[in-house]
Amino acid sequence: MKDFTILVGGQAGQGSRKAGLVIAKILNSLGYRIFIYDDYQSLIRGGHSFSKIRVSDKKVEGQSEELDYIIALDKETIDKHLDSLKDSGTVLFNADRIEFKKGLGIKSETIAKEEGGSSIMANTVMISAFAKTIGVDFELLKNVFQKEFKKGLDINLKIAERVYVEVIEKTKIEKLENKILPLITGNEALALGSVEAGLDMYYAYPMTPATSILHFLAGRKLGVETIQLENEIAVIIAALGSAYAGKRTMIGTSGGGFALMTEGLSFGVMAEIPVVIVNSQRTGPATGVPTYSGQSDLNFVLNAGHGDLVKFTVAPSNADECYEWGGRILNLAWKYQTPAVVLIDKEISESTFNLDINSKIEQENNSLWNQEGEYRRYEITENGISPLAFPGNGVVVKTTSYEHDQNGLTAEESEEEITAMQEKRLRKFEAMQEEVDNMEDAIKIFGNKDSKNVLITFGSSTGPAIEAAEKFDLKVVQIVVLEPFPVIQVTEAVGDASLIVCVEQNALGQLASLLAKNGIEAEELILKYSSRVIQKGEIEDLLKEIL
Amino acid sequence: MNKLDTNYKNTWCPGCGNFGILVAFKNAIKDEDPNNIAIVSGIGCHAKIVDYINVNSFYSLHGRALPAAEGIKLANPDLKVIAFTGDGDSLDEGISHLIHAAKRNSDITVVLHNNRLFALTTGQFTAVSVEGFKGKSTPTGAPESPINPLELLLASNATFISRSYSGNIKHLEETLKRAIAHKGFSIVEVLEPCVSFFNTTEFYNNKTYVLDDANLDSREEALKKIREWNYEENGEKVPLGVFYEVSKLPFYERVLTNKKEETVEDILKELI
Repeated sequence: MKDFTILVGGQAGQGSRKAGLVIAKILNSLGYRIFIYDDYQSLIRGGHSFSKIRVSDKKVEGQSEELDYIIALDKETIDKHLDSLKDSGTVLFNADRIEFKKGLGIKSETIAKEEGGSSIMANTVMISAFAKTIGVDFELLKNVFQKEFKKGLDINLKIAERVYVEVIEKTKIEKLENKILPLITGNEALALGSVEAGLDMYYAYPMTPATSILHFLAGRKLGVETIQLENEIAVIIAALGSAYAGKRTMIGTSGGGFALMTEGLSFGVMAEIPVVIVNSQRTGPATGVPTYSGQSDLNFVLNAGHGDLVKFTVAPSNADECYEWGGRILNLAWKYQTPAVVLIDKEISESTFNLDINSKIEQENNSLWNQEGEYRRYEITENGISPLAFPGNGVVVKTTSYEHDQNGLTAEESEEEITAMQEKRLRKFEAMQEEVDNMEDAIKIFGNKDSKNVLITFGSSTGPAIEAAEKFDLKVVQIVVLEPFPVIQVTEAVGDASLIVCVEQNALGQLASLLAKNGIEAEELILKYSSRVIQKGEIEDLLKEIL
Repeated sequence: MNKLDTNYKNTWCPGCGNFGILVAFKNAIKDEDPNNIAIVSGIGCHAKIVDYINVNSFYSLHGRALPAAEGIKLANPDLKVIAFTGDGDSLDEGISHLIHAAKRNSDITVVLHNNRLFALTTGQFTAVSVEGFKGKSTPTGAPESPINPLELLLASNATFISRSYSGNIKHLEETLKRAIAHKGFSIVEVLEPCVSFFNTTEFYNNKTYVLDDANLDSREEALKKIREWNYEENGEKVPLGVFYEVSKLPFYERVLTNKKEETVEDILKELI
C-alpha cells in the first residue's frame, strides 16, 4: 500500500493551507486518495499553522503520525515537526527564513519577488519545487493552478515554471487508475447533503468549527438563504419561526452556542417544529481549546433540553456520512416534526476528504395536512404525528411553548388534556425509536466481524479505530445514530464479545456511559482529551496493554 | 361570536390594560385577510393575547417573541407579522433582540405592552419600573432607574416609533393600523396600568395627551418628543402619537438574495 504524508507549515498568513490544498489537488488528480488535516490557532497573523496531507492508494480517513515530507515556510515548522519525519523523509524549506543543513533549501521569497510576485507567493515556489521533486508533469501542475488561482494566475505560473526548471526530479510518482473524487470538508459535505434534502434557510452566529457551513452556503448560489443573527438564542428561535412558516431550516454552532440554544430545542420538541442543529465540537468545558477537536459534548447533547423529550442525534464520521446525514436528518426532522442534532467535531468539520457518494439524497414529503375536515395543529393521532399546515394555507395554525390542546391553545386546567398531549408525544418518540430500530445502518461494523474483541466508537474516533483494529484483527462497531439509541443493533453486534473497548475523545468515557445505560458494559476505555485528535498509533499502543 | 375570537377563557385581571389592547388590535385588523396575518408573543400577561385571537399564532418563549417574528417574516414575506411583547419580555430578558430587530429594519410590528413591572410573576421591577419601586424582590425599593425604551429604539435605527395608551382605544387602534402598514420595523409602545401591582390608570388618564404628526422624519424632533417624559413617577405630560417615521428598505428585501444558480452536482465537479 502506498501511504505517505506531507506537512506544509508556516505562520498564519503565509498561505500554508493554500499550498497544502494545491498539492492535494495535484495528487488527487493522479488518482490518489487524500485526507487533509488543517491545524491553526485562535489568531489571525503569526503563530504556527500547518496542513498534513495524507496520500494513499486507498481511501484514508485520519491522520498519520509519521511524515514523509516537510515543506517549511518558516523555521518553527522544522523545529516542531522534524521529530515526526521518517529517516527516509525529505525537507523542503524556505531558505530566505531558514538555515538548515539537510534537504532542499530554496530562496522562495526572493524568487517570488524576482518574478514580480509578493513574498506570500513563496508558497507557490514550494508547491512547484515539491511537484518537481516527486516527478509531477508540469502540464498537470498548470491545470491545477488554472483552477486554484483565480487571481494572479499568470504570475503564479511564471514563478512555478522557473522553479520547476531549476529543481531536480528525485522520483517519478505513478499515476493510479482510481476514479477521481471531489475533495471536500465535512462541513461542506454536510451543507450539500442538506441542500439535496431541500434546505431553504441556514441561520448562524459565527463559532469555530461550524462557521464554514455558513461561509460555504453564503458564498454559493444554491438557493439557500443564509442569515447571521445577534446570538445563538435568536438563531434557534428564528429558525423555529421559519420552520413554522414552512421553510426547511438548519442552524450550526459549537458547544457554547449549543448551550444557549437548549431552551429553544426544548421549545421545538413541545411545539413539534422541525429544525436541524449542527454541533461541531471542540474541546470543552467553556471556551476550552477553540480551534481543536474533542468529543466531550456527547452527554450534553443527548441530555439537552428541559422536560421529557427525545430527539434525533446522529454522529457522522467523515465527509461521505456528513453528506448522507445532512440530508437524511433533515428528512427525519420533518417527518417527525422534531429538532434533530448532527454531532460532529473540528476534525470532521474542517478536514478535507474525498467524497464518494453511494446513496442519492432527495427531499422526502412532510406529514402535510390532507385538507379534509377541521384543521387542528396538534390533532391526537395513533402514531403521535399530527398533520402539518403553515400560516397562509387558509387555516388557522397555532403553535406554542405552553402545553396545549389539539388546537394549540394553552392547556393548564385539564389534567386529562395535559396527559393526552404528553402521551401523543410519547407515541411519537416510540415511532422515532422504531424508525431507528429498522435502520440497518444506524451502526456500522468494520474489521474482523467474527472477532470476540470489539472496539466501540463514534464520530472522528472511528477512522483511527478502524486502522488500529487492523493490526490486531479486531471488530469495530461505529455508532452512527446516538438517539434514539439503536439498542437492538448494538446488542446484536456485541452479543458474543468477550472484550469491549470504547474508543472516544473525552475524559469521562461518555460513550461508555451511554452504552452502560443501554445494558452494554465496556471493560476498557481508550480515551484522549488533549484536544489533538486520537491517532492510530496511540490506540495501538493502548491495545497492546489491554489485549 | 366575532370571527377573530377563539372563545378561550380570558384570565386577565378585571380592569387590566390588556383588554384595551385586545379590542384595539382586533379593530385594527378587521379589514385585513386573517390568513395573511401571523401574531407572535413572548411569555407574560401580554402573551395570553394569542390564545384569544383566532389567527395564526406563535406563542414563543420568554423574551423571544421578536426572533420568532423575524424568522416567520423571512420565511414568508407575504405575511403581516405582529409581535406582542412585554417590558419584562423585551426590555429585560430579550432586549438584545429588540435592538437588533430595529437595527435590521425587520418588517415586523412590535406591540410593547408596557405595564412597567413583571406582573405574571406577581410584581418585580423591570427595566422601565420607577426608581424605588417596591416589589417583593425589592422591599426597600428598586435600586435602579428606568431606561427610556423609545430613545433606545431611536438610537437603534428603528424606522417607526410610536406610543399609545391602553385607555385610549381609538388612538391605539389608529396607531396600530399605521404601524402595521409601515414597511419595516415598527414599534407601538402601549402604556398600560397593572391593576393588581402598579395601577397607573389615574396617572395616564390625567397626563397623556396626543401629539399631532409633525416633522416625523427628524431624529432631533423625535428625541425631543421621546424625552418629554422619562418614565419618572411624577411626570407632567406624557405624549402619545407617532414620534418618528422614515422609509428604508426592509431586512427581508436586503437579505433574501440567494438564487438557485448552481447545483450540488456542479459544485462536486468543481471540487475535483
